[in-house]
This record gives sequence, C-alpha cells and structure tokens, in this order.
Amino acid sequence: MENAGRPTQILTAREAGLVGCRVCAKVHPRGTRACVRCGSPLRSRDAHSLQRAMAWLFAGMVLYVPANIYPMLLTTTLGQTSENTIVGGVIDLMHHGSYGIATIVFVASVLIPIGKFLAIIYLALSIEHPRSVSPHRRQQLFEVVEFVGRWSMIDVFVVAILSALVQLKALATVNPGIAAISFALSVVFTMLSALSFDSRTIWDSNRAAKA
Amino acid sequence: MSYQMLMISLSHQTSPDLGPLDDLIACPTCDALLHVSVPDVGGKARCHRCHTTLMAPKDSAMTRMLMLSVTAVVLMFAAVFFPFLEIGAGGRTQRSSVFDAVLVFSDGLLLPLTAALAIFIVILPILRLSAMSYALAPMALGNKPARHAERAFRLAEAMRPWAMAEIFIVGVAVALVKVAGLAKVSLGPAFWAFVALVIVTALNDTLMCRLTLWKTLEDRRKS
Repeated sequence: MENAGRPTQILTAREAGLVGCRVCAKVHPRGTRACVRCGSPLRSRDAHSLQRAMAWLFAGMVLYVPANIYPMLLTTTLGQTSENTIVGGVIDLMHHGSYGIATIVFVASVLIPIGKFLAIIYLALSIEHPRSVSPHRRQQLFEVVEFVGRWSMIDVFVVAILSALVQLKALATVNPGIAAISFALSVVFTMLSALSFDSRTIWDSNRAAKA
Repeated sequence: MSYQMLMISLSHQTSPDLGPLDDLIACPTCDALLHVSVPDVGGKARCHRCHTTLMAPKDSAMTRMLMLSVTAVVLMFAAVFFPFLEIGAGGRTQRSSVFDAVLVFSDGLLLPLTAALAIFIVILPILRLSAMSYALAPMALGNKPARHAERAFRLAEAMRPWAMAEIFIVGVAVALVKVAGLAKVSLGPAFWAFVALVIVTALNDTLMCRLTLWKTLEDRRKS
C-alpha cells in the first residue's frame, strides 16, 4: 500500500464516512451511537465542543477576577490579622527571600491561568479563521494547555493545608479568603474548557484552508 | 529510527476499498484513518499525520500495572492516615494527617476547600486506582475480563486529569515555607508516602498503552 508522504492526502475517518472512538480508536460506521468496544459515546465531530469550551473558559475568566482582588489567606498572629491576595502572597514570599517558592506560586497562579486563557482563545480563533501556524504547533500548544492546567491548583492546596493545620489558638491561625474558592473554581472551569475542546477540529480547519 | 512506523495511512487514491473495519483505527487526536498493525513489544506506533504515539506495548504491561496499582493503593493509605506535617509554636506541637485535615471541624469557607482537598487528593486517586485494579486483575491473571471491566477502565481514564496527588506535594512544600515564619514545621512520614505514590503512579502511566489494552480487553471478551 502506498505510504503517502504528503500529509494532506491522509484520509480521515469522517471523510471515509466512518466514526472513530476518541477513547479506544475503534472505527465504526457513521451513525453508531456508542463504541462497541469501550462504550463511549461516538461523535464524528462534536458540533458544540467549541461553544462548550468557550463557555467554560468565560466562566473561568470571570472567576479569575475576584480571585485576584479578594484576599486568598487571612493570617492572625497574636491578635493581628493580615490579608494576602495571590500577588500579595508572592511579594511576601519574595520579602522573606524565598525566591524559588515565590516563582513557583507566581507561575502556577498567574502565568499558567492567563497563558491558558490566551491559548484557548487563540486555538478557538484559529479554527474559525485558519492561521498560518501549522496544526502540529497548535496541537502542541493544546497538549501543553491540557497538561499544565491542573498545576494551578497548588495555591488552593496551600491555602487548604495552612488553614486546616495552623490553628494554634491564640498564637496563630490561618483562614481561607473568598479568593481561594473563586480561584479553585476558575481552575476547574478552565480544565473543563480544555477537556471539551475537540482536538480533531484543529486538523480539520487546516484541511479546509488548504482545499 | 528510534521507533517503528507500523501504521499505514490511507490516502484518497486507495480509499474505495477500506477492508474490514476491525483492521482500521482512527487517530483520537486528529481523526486520520490508519491501517493497524500492532507494533512489537518495546516498539512504538505513531499517527502519520499528527505524530501522536498511538501504541507502545510494553513487556507484561498488565501484570506490572496491576502490581503498581495495588502498591499505590497501599501507599495511599499510609499517605492519608500518617501525619504529613508537624507544626510547633510556643511549646505546642500539632501533628496532622490528611485524614485529620479533612475531618477537622470546618465551617464557612474552609468547608468547600477541604472538600476539594478530599476529592482531588484522596477520593479520586483511590477510585482511579481501584477501578484500574478491578479492570486489570482478572486479565493479568490470564483469565477473562471481569464484568463491567470496560466501564471501570473508562472511568479510570476519565479520572486521570482530576487525580492531583503530585500537585499536593508541591503544595505541601510551599505551605512549609510560608508557615516557617510563624511556627516550626517538619515533614512527617505521609509526605514521603505521597512522594512514593507519585513515582509509582508515573511509572504506571508510562506502562499504560490505552489502545493495546482496549484491544486485549475486546479480544479476551470475545474468546
């Protein structure tokens, strides 16, 4: 059989009138509802995937605003309470000289979420209006977004650990602020956004552009 | 070449006769239709279009994955019930396990946070590992797959992005530094159980070859 070196020649399951399972890759005739091998629902292309991805993304972006404005952590030491926002916490850590940890928190809570918002918007736009960037590059970007998203949860876990553990009565107590909840939800929503995105559309849009 | 290209992609010229559907697979990433031939153990098969690794069967992967999953469940219990941080200030010491942290009387904003902690760190990882062991155990022992093995395996795969034990470790490290000014803190045995757990889970995931596993499951089910 001919092994085409020209990638545009490759036939997709959709073009062949078939549906591929996204979980186990089994091929079915078009119109099959559920995969006979693994039972996952089958869709040739998820028509609403982009819409759903954008809806989750929007929810995540909205919640990211209070996550940055309101305090993440309320620390009471000997009767004095101090409040810390996400960025405030990073600055605090830098004042204490822990630059490494400050970098980790900054990357996880600021760079990754904002990068994710931009990346998903870019990917969505590139489907509607095909870009010159190759689908390989866009697929890589999508994989990075998928992989890196969960690491934003670091700061939420830090707050949960500190508030559950540091309850030394009069000496020191730590309590979570409202930002901790909105940030956690923001991360969960953007993860759902990435999960709803159908990567096959990245490859389709490229084909449509070339045709 | 470091990997074998065993997938043969179909082009438009060859399309009229696709052959039996069982010989074809569709790349889950880019939907390219490929003629499947399972690579040898240790080999890799990639999609011609998007270069995603589709199959990478490993030697006796099922038995090894089962062992690792069971190990991980055992470690999980140590990680949850042993103390993971010791905090001391002004002569008072407080040792806490994840279990204590979750059970601590929590009200207000702490309640949803501890719930999230319990779900992402304890409940989902345990569910995922048990589902995987359930699906793998009968097959690794050389028999037919268990009833609902497909459902269990699908569940385990769906939970993968939500099991966040490794992120928790970094969280503990950050918490340690943050609290250092307030109190004296040290790491407990559960922290190291968590570290071991992450390594075991990572090993498990590298052994995992989804497509081969699904194929084996189907073949064994039929026979």
